[in-house]
Amino acid sequence: MSKQVVSLNQVTIRFAGDSGDGMQLTGDRFTIDTASLGNDLSTLPNFPAEIRAPQGTLHGVSSFQLHFADHHVKTPGDAPDVLVAMNPAALKANIKEIARGATIIVDSDEFTSRNLSKVGYETNPLEDGSLESYKLHALPLTSMTVNALAELSVSRKDAERSKNMFALGLLTWMYHRPVEATENFLNAKFAKKPDVLAANLLAFKTGWNYGETTEDFAVSYEIAPAKMEPGKYRNISGNTALAYGLIAASQRSGLKLFLGSYPITPASEILHELSKHKKFGVITFQAEDEIAAVGSALGASYGGALGVTTTSGPGLALKTEAIGLAVMLELPLIIIDVQRGGPSTGLPTKTEQADLLQAMFGRNGESPAVVIAPSHATDCFDIAFEAARIATQYRVPVFILSDGYIANGSEPWKLPKVEELPDLHVEFAKTQENFLPYDRDPKTLARPWAIPGTKGLEHRIGGVEKADKTGDISYDPKNHDFMVRTRAAKVAGVEVPNLEVDDPTGDAKVLLLGWGSTFGPIGAAVDALRANGEKVAQAHLRYINPFPKNLGAVLAKYDKVLVPEMNLGQLAMLLRSQFLKDVTSYNQVRGLPFSTTELIEATMAVLND
Amino acid sequence: MTDLTLTKKDFTSDQEVRWCPGCGDYSIVSTVQSFLPELGVARENIVFISGIGCSSRFPYYMETFGMHSIHGRAPAIATGLAISRPELSIFVVTGDGDALSIGGNHLIHALRRNVNLKILLFNNRIYGLTKGQYSPTSEQGKVTKSTPAGSLDTPFNPISLAIGAEASFVARSIDSDRKHLTETLRAASAHKGSALIEIYQNCPIFNDDAYQIVKDGGTKDGAILRLVHGEQIKSSTHGVIFEAGSMKVVPLDSVNESDIIVHNANHPDPAYAFALSRLSGSQLDHVPVGVFRDVERAEYSTLVNDQIADAIAKQGAGDLSALLSSGDTWVVQ
Ligand SMILES: Cc1ncc(C[n+]2csc(CCOP(=O)(O)OP(=O)(O)O)c2C)c(N)n1
Ligand code: SF4
Ligand SMILES: [Mg+2]
Repeated sequence: MSKQVVSLNQVTIRFAGDSGDGMQLTGDRFTIDTASLGNDLSTLPNFPAEIRAPQGTLHGVSSFQLHFADHHVKTPGDAPDVLVAMNPAALKANIKEIARGATIIVDSDEFTSRNLSKVGYETNPLEDGSLESYKLHALPLTSMTVNALAELSVSRKDAERSKNMFALGLLTWMYHRPVEATENFLNAKFAKKPDVLAANLLAFKTGWNYGETTEDFAVSYEIAPAKMEPGKYRNISGNTALAYGLIAASQRSGLKLFLGSYPITPASEILHELSKHKKFGVITFQAEDEIAAVGSALGASYGGALGVTTTSGPGLALKTEAIGLAVMLELPLIIIDVQRGGPSTGLPTKTEQADLLQAMFGRNGESPAVVIAPSHATDCFDIAFEAARIATQYRVPVFILSDGYIANGSEPWKLPKVEELPDLHVEFAKTQENFLPYDRDPKTLARPWAIPGTKGLEHRIGGVEKADKTGDISYDPKNHDFMVRTRAAKVAGVEVPNLEVDDPTGDAKVLLLGWGSTFGPIGAAVDALRANGEKVAQAHLRYINPFPKNLGAVLAKYDKVLVPEMNLGQLAMLLRSQFLKDVTSYNQVRGLPFSTTELIEATMAVLND
Repeated sequence: MTDLTLTKKDFTSDQEVRWCPGCGDYSIVSTVQSFLPELGVARENIVFISGIGCSSRFPYYMETFGMHSIHGRAPAIATGLAISRPELSIFVVTGDGDALSIGGNHLIHALRRNVNLKILLFNNRIYGLTKGQYSPTSEQGKVTKSTPAGSLDTPFNPISLAIGAEASFVARSIDSDRKHLTETLRAASAHKGSALIEIYQNCPIFNDDAYQIVKDGGTKDGAILRLVHGEQIKSSTHGVIFEAGSMKVVPLDSVNESDIIVHNANHPDPAYAFALSRLSGSQLDHVPVGVFRDVERAEYSTLVNDQIADAIAKQGAGDLSALLSSGDTWVVQ
C-alpha cells in the first residue's frame, strides 16, 4: 500500500550536527533541490567560529535552517517544524527553539553515555520521556549507514562520514525533493575519489529507501511551487550576489575590476568568488593587511579601475585613514563591510548591524561618504551595481553595509537580463590645455577623473587640503571651509530614489522602519500583524547617506515609528538628529536575525502604548 | 615617439619648493629631474607616489602624475596602481620613518612580491617633518626631543632589511653625489621589478652632518667602499675580504691585493649582499655605496596579468549572462 501524502503550505527544517558532520553541505543540497521545485525559500546557516571545535560539544554545533513554502518567504523561519540532530549536542543546543509537536530526527547511535555526559545530559532524552511532546524518530543513522556500505571498499570512517547523505536521502524522500541533482552534484564533487563517491551515493539512496519502505515514516509531504514571476532562476547567497554585482558593474562600465582584500569572516567568500573569474579581467589582490587592501584599491581607482575593498568590522577600523584619503582625493572607491558581531573580534560568525556609525563617521575631520545597505541576499547584486554607479559618477567612497545574515543566507534569484542592466559608462578627463584637477561638474560636483597616461593632464593630488579648482596645496582658512562644505554638499546631493512606504490602507498606526538585513524579518512580522487586523506600515532604507529626499515627510506622517536594529540604536540616532523625530528603537544583538514573534510583540507594545 | 626630447625643465613643476635651506632633498629632486629625460618615458606615464614626511613632498615638484598619500602607505597604493596599470613607470618616495616605521609592513611585502616600483628611501635618520624625534634608523643613544636620555632601540639597516625581505634590487647612494645617484637611478630603472634605493640624506635642521664621514673631503674616500659590479670592493684605504666565513674590512696594506673581493651584484645567494650590508655599523666607519644586489626575478604585475591572459586564452573572455546563470537554475513559466 502506498504511503499517505500530505500537502503543506510551508515547512522549516533545521539540520544540526557537529561542525565536522557536513550540515552546511546537507542544507545547501536540500536548498538547491527545493529551489528547483519552485518553492520560495530563505536560509540561515549558523556555525561556530572554530573550524573544528571539539567533537560533540555544544559550542561545536553547526546548523543550517531552511524555510520553504508555496508562497513568498521573507525569513528563514522562527521555530523549525523539523529538527535533524546528528548528536546529543545538536539536540541540546537546538531543542529550546523547537515547538512542541515538531518532528525530531536523531542519530540514536550517537546517544552514548559518554556523549550524553559531555553535554550535561544526566539521563538519555530519547528514553526519559522529555521528548514526549515531539514526534521523535530515533534512528541508528550511523550503523544503518555503515551496514549499507559494508560491501563497498571504504574505511569505516568514510562510511560513517556518509551518514549526512543518509539523512539527506531520508528528508529528500519525506518532502518529495528530486534526487537527480544531488546525484549529479556528488558525481562532480567526488569524481576523483570513486570510493567516497560510491559511499555517498549509496548512503543517499539508502536514506531515501528507508523513508519509502519502513513503517517509521508513514507520511510524506508535498509543498506546491510558489507563485513567482516567470523567468530563469537560481539560488544565491548575499556574498556571491555582491561578487556578481561587481563583475556586472565592471562589464557595464568598461572599467577593470580591482579587488584589494585581506581575509576576514564573513567577507572572505567575496574574495574567493572574485578570484575565480579572471577571464572577466578581474584582478584580486590579497594584501598584507587591510590598510594595504584599501590602499591598493585606491591606487587602482586612481589608475582608472573600479577599486573595491571587502572586509568586516575589525578590518574596516584599519581602513579608516585611507578612506579619508579617498574622500580628499575625490576618487571612486567601494568599501564592502560584511558586518559581524563586535566590538573587537566580537562574534566572527554571527550577524550584527553595529558598524553603521563607524561607516558614517569613523574618520578624522569632516569626512563624508555614501552609505548604502542591501535588504536581502539577492539585493546584494543590485546594491553592488548601485555602489559602482554612485562611486564612479560622483567620485566618492561608497560603503556597502551587508552582514553575516544575508552574506551566508540564500534565496531564489530571478536572473536579470544582462542587456537590461543600466549602462555605467564613465568618461575619463581628456587631454586639454590648462587642466584643473579640482574643477567640478556643476550638477554632480564631481571633479574630473584624470588618470595617469593621459597626455597633458600631469597633476599632483594628495591628502593635504586642496585649493579649489587647481588642487594645489592650500592652508587658506576660507578655502578649507569652502572645500569641507563642498565635499559635504557633493555627498548630500547624490541622487537616490525616494523611500517607498508599504501602507495598504494608508492609515497605519505605526511605521516599522528598518535598514539592511532586517527587511525580511520586519516584513514577516508586518504580514502577521496585518493578518491579525493591525494597521502597520513598513518602509526600508537602502540609502542611509544621503537619506532619500522624502524621508522627513514619511517620518512626519506617522506618529509612531518603530526602528528595529541589530545594534543599540544607530539608525535611530541618525533619524533623531537629522529629523528631530522621536522614533522608538527596538534592539537586540544576539548575533541572530530578529524572530517574527519578537517583532510582533515589539510592535504591539508600541501600538498599545 | 617624437616628443620625448625632454629636458630637466620639462620635469620641473611650477610649485615653490618648501624644504629648509640646505636640505639634502633639494639635490635629490634636482638629480631626479635631470635623470628622467634619459628614461625615454613620456611624462604622463610617470607617477610619483609618496607617503608623509618632508621627503614625501617630493611629488609636488615633479611635472608628472603624482600622489602625496598617507603616512607609510605609498607602497600599498602604488602596488594597486602598478598591478592595474603595468605600463606605467612608478616611483615611490618615502622617508626612514615612513618606510621603516609606520609603513614597514608595506615595504617588505612590495619587495617580496617584486612589484615594479622604484622606491627612493630618503634616510636622514630622523623624523624631519614632526621636528626631530629619533627614527628607526637613528643610532642607539640618539638624543632627541622624545629621547632626552638617549634612544634605546637598535636601528634598522634598510639594506639588510630589504635583502631579508627578498628584494631583487637593493642599492645605496648619497644625496650630494649627483653622479652616483644618477648611475644608481639608471641601474634601478633598468631592473625589472622592485628596486630599493636608500639615499643618505642630510637634514641640516634636526640631524646635521649625520653622514659627515661620507661627505667630508678628508674622510669620504677612506670611508666609502665602492660597489661596482666586477670590480674590487675597496675604499682609498681599505678593502673587503672573506675571513672566517664572513666579510671583513681591512687596511689595504695588510692584505694581498688579490684577496680583495670582486663585487658580484648578480650573486644568486642573498647572503652575499647581506654580508656586504653588515659592513657598515651604525657609526658608519665604512659604508658600502652602490648596488648591493641586482638579480632577475619574475615581476609581480606581469604574473598577475599573465594569469588573466591565460584564463582568457583557455576559457575565452567572460560572458556575463553565462556567469549569472551558472550552477543549478530552473525556469518558472
Ligand atoms: C598616521 C600618521 N601618524 C603620524 C603622522 C605624523 N608624521 C608625519 S611625518 C612623520 C615622520 C616622518 O619621518 P620620515 O619618514 O623619516 O620623513 P622625513 O620628514 O624625515 O623626511 C610623522 C610621525 C602622520 N602624518 N600620520
Ligand atoms: S626638517 Fe630636515 S628633512 Fe625636513 S625639510 Fe628641513 S632639512 Fe629637510
Ligand atoms: Mg626621516
